[in-house]
Amino acid sequence: MPKFNVSVTVMFRPNILDPQGAAVERALKNQAGLASGVSISNVRVGKVISMTVEGSDERGVQERVKAIADRILANPVMEQYSVEVLEESAK
Amino acid sequence: MRAAVVVFPGSNCDRDALRAAELAGFDVRFVWHKESAVDGFDLIVLPGGFSFGDYLRTGAIARWSPIMSDVVRQAERGVMVLGICNGFQILTEAGLLPGVLLRNKGLLFLSEDVALRVENASTAFTSAYKRGQTIRLPIAHGDGNYYVDAEGLKRLEGEGRVVFRYADEPPNGALNGIAGIINERGNVLGMMPHPERHCEDILGSHDGKGVFESLMKDGVPK
Amino acid sequence: MTDNVFSAHGLTEEEYTRILGLIDRAPNYLELALFGVMWSEHCSYKNSKAQLRKFPTSGENIVQGPGENAGVVRLDRGATVGGDLCAAFKMESHNHPSAIEPYQGAATGVGGIIRDIFAMGARPVALLDSIRFGTLSSSRNAELLRGVVKGVGDYGNCMGIPTVGGETVFHDSYSGNPLVNAMCVGLVHEAHIFKGRASGVGNVVMLVGARTGRDGIKGASFASEELSDSDPDKRPNVQVGDPFMEKLLLEASLEVLEADLVVGIQDLGAAGLTSSGAEMAGRAGSGVCIDIDKIPLRETGMEPWEIMLSESQERMLMVVEPSKVDHIAAVFEKWDLAASAIGEVTGDGNFTIKRGAEILASIPAKFLTDDAPVNVRPYSEPEYFRKLSNADLSITRNSNDIPALLLRLIATPNIASKRFVYRQYDSTVGVRTVVRPGGDAAVMRLPGTEKGMALSVDCNARYVYLNPRRGGAIAVAEAARNVACTGARPLAITNCLNFGNPEKPEIYWQFVQATDGMAEACEAFNTPVTGGNVSFYNEYDGVAIYPTPTIGMVGVIDDVAKAVTIGFKHQGDAVLLVGETLDELGASELHYMLTGRDEGAVPRLDFAAEKALHSFLINTAPLLASAHDCSDGGVIVTIVESAAVGGLGVSLKWRWENLSPAAALFSESQSRAVISVEQKNLPAVLDALSALPYTMLGTVGGDRVSIEYNGAALVNCPLSDLTNAWRSGLEAAL
Repeated sequence: MPKFNVSVTVMFRPNILDPQGAAVERALKNQAGLASGVSISNVRVGKVISMTVEGSDERGVQERVKAIADRILANPVMEQYSVEVLEESAK
Repeated sequence: MRAAVVVFPGSNCDRDALRAAELAGFDVRFVWHKESAVDGFDLIVLPGGFSFGDYLRTGAIARWSPIMSDVVRQAERGVMVLGICNGFQILTEAGLLPGVLLRNKGLLFLSEDVALRVENASTAFTSAYKRGQTIRLPIAHGDGNYYVDAEGLKRLEGEGRVVFRYADEPPNGALNGIAGIINERGNVLGMMPHPERHCEDILGSHDGKGVFESLMKDGVPK
Repeated sequence: MTDNVFSAHGLTEEEYTRILGLIDRAPNYLELALFGVMWSEHCSYKNSKAQLRKFPTSGENIVQGPGENAGVVRLDRGATVGGDLCAAFKMESHNHPSAIEPYQGAATGVGGIIRDIFAMGARPVALLDSIRFGTLSSSRNAELLRGVVKGVGDYGNCMGIPTVGGETVFHDSYSGNPLVNAMCVGLVHEAHIFKGRASGVGNVVMLVGARTGRDGIKGASFASEELSDSDPDKRPNVQVGDPFMEKLLLEASLEVLEADLVVGIQDLGAAGLTSSGAEMAGRAGSGVCIDIDKIPLRETGMEPWEIMLSESQERMLMVVEPSKVDHIAAVFEKWDLAASAIGEVTGDGNFTIKRGAEILASIPAKFLTDDAPVNVRPYSEPEYFRKLSNADLSITRNSNDIPALLLRLIATPNIASKRFVYRQYDSTVGVRTVVRPGGDAAVMRLPGTEKGMALSVDCNARYVYLNPRRGGAIAVAEAARNVACTGARPLAITNCLNFGNPEKPEIYWQFVQATDGMAEACEAFNTPVTGGNVSFYNEYDGVAIYPTPTIGMVGVIDDVAKAVTIGFKHQGDAVLLVGETLDELGASELHYMLTGRDEGAVPRLDFAAEKALHSFLINTAPLLASAHDCSDGGVIVTIVESAAVGGLGVSLKWRWENLSPAAALFSESQSRAVISVEQKNLPAVLDALSALPYTMLGTVGGDRVSIEYNGAALVNCPLSDLTNAWRSGLEAAL
């Protein structure tokens, strides 16, 4: 069976408060010189979960990982996620 | 002897540290993190708490506060710097101490008294203790699992810079049971347990007083 | 207007007619939304108010009774500058949000109650929690427990407010509807107490702290529906707690309060700006006018009603004199917080919302805050009541093999040590905690005096279910007993009344009876009610939780250095049981463990006997080595806990007539405590016991728990076996 490298990115839904993102954004704006000359907004902090999954095709893997993400990796009450699947290049 | 307790947004052991240092005889001031200088003190305390909410990484944002460049400068001048809990995390982020504090092994916040062995009683922070003495101090942290690479560990252990070690199995998974370390020069100490919470018998113990009393006696820049 | 218009706001036709009568015109959409939230059960207490009036609410030490952000009780008279030292305290529920998202639900519950305390001008110094879940055989309940504990811990820990006590209870009536009740206690000098009043026409209304988003809008109506797989996009937004923001808000708020820059202050909780604004105006008899264009928003495109109903966390409303606005803004700027002037106090008594010059809504504030209907619901005694009280308990009464029963009982999650929970709570930050979690009550030292305060939360909901009136009284009695065991005098209570759907006559009967019992007990112990919270509609699949009126008690101890703890202290100390043991295995933990049934007569409660026990414990505290109240599981559980905590065994031998071994050890008779006393103090203690029933049980010592009762050896176990079973019971169940 081919192997696929999968990464799941989990973020708060856009209208859910992200205190961590807000604190990081404030810090970037306030802390001396760190981000001078760059205009920064909409900082959000999320997580990336990466894994290797065996499967016959990319679509099937995508479906299965989505099912896992729905149940475990993300809390749909407040989070959303995206799944990226890449076939592991043959050695 | 004058001591400064640096207050970051989210510091919450600042008052406790002030009280402990005062009980030992220090003349103590709070210094706000937006100040640019922390001049004229014999001791600078970076207190425990959740500076900037522990967001991003513990200590990662506080390390860039305006006050920190002068804390680094004062440390280079030989002024005593004591980082407790979040203060220790800030010191490692700022590069004043080696290593890093990872998430506790069991992933849970831990609040309890632990037994510590004083491994080095010839520092300015520990001269009031005896080498090998066991003391009990509270811990209260989610990220106290000390880690440093093999080379760094070898140096710390070889140079006697592990000052406090958990006497029993480290509850947070810290490497070699490391609870507190000091820099090469001997004037910057970081520790996860809270000496300031055990300075009065009514609170269960006065085992932490030794840190502040040592500094009162020996904490003069050399 | 169609009936859909008012029902969409949770109003009944009768209530809508009442509104038409009050304002003499048809309300517009926004106005109807304001009525909808302000007349909701949560804000108006329309179904509970009539019953809450039974509670005693005043007394010589009560500085502030119900009606403000929190109650205030006097701890120490005139010993310090700034007037008498007082405790501001209150308990609140966050049950439904915790059922949906346990971590955020619990965290924002803690955040809300902390704001109530510092809104009084008090610095919060202690948190307690009372949390209840279905039994741990379901992994969902274990997840809820983990999430709630982490939520409570992360918020309190980050704030630097120690969580010093609480209770964790498991019962299947809470499956699907866990209870999360949090209590916060703050210290304030009487002269520095602030109130939630919008006084002084022309004063400026400022909104400080976090920006306003669509958090929690209509959360209450969602939470009363069953959870389903419905499209998550349609769900209301979970409120996310930001303890870091709240810590800044706390420090900035106390800074402007201490500098005397503020006229009135209130936190934004349920129903957000609407309830805060209307309540501040209502209490002061003034009006408040808010310009929604001046409210800093986190999201775009928010409708006026969304802005007014938003439950975004970490916000406070302040009323200030115009000359102080800049100073306040500067303080908040220092803490990286926004402080915006969003309106003003008016003399017309109206709660007015405008956008620029356009008036969007204008309603007399009193109509919103005071004129909701007060309902006395029909109620009737449920069938189960008489049936269950007459249950046959003989299996339990005659059970033998006491050592095996004991080992099993002390490892059940309800009896086992709650270390797994309180180890996740920072209990020592603030250097005030003298007695930490794991005892009968927490004890905190008080600044500038030798005194201390004792805090406990309690409720045995099984008792309340089986006999609401007696169970309600016992909840108060046990909370007071816990406080008295430390040597402290019980002063006052707050409460969280968690019940099912009050529209059901048998639920309303539970509510009426339980509040009757609480009121009687509060009178008897002279511990008035200073406030609290009612949480109805705690049901899942139409089945109600057990009625759970949680009590939060505050007491004062004259010499905090003499606070008594539960662990045995020295070899050779005498062990005594104070109080009378009757054959009372009804509603007991043992009967439940053996049969899986909650049934039988709830233990009797005699107010005079209970008060006599409290007086003894308070007056003789300096002579006691340990004191621990007898509650769930009976005297044997009390003894094992004192031995386990003290690390010392006991050797006990006594005789009682007419009580089977199981009844002697596991009966849950009220008004009892196990004490240990150094031999040199024994004569004085026995003297103080002259008018009280007591039994000399034996002595502390050795490394075993051995019990000989009526000539038969019942227990002879290594203490380490019992300690291990008790310590690891909860984690083993997880």
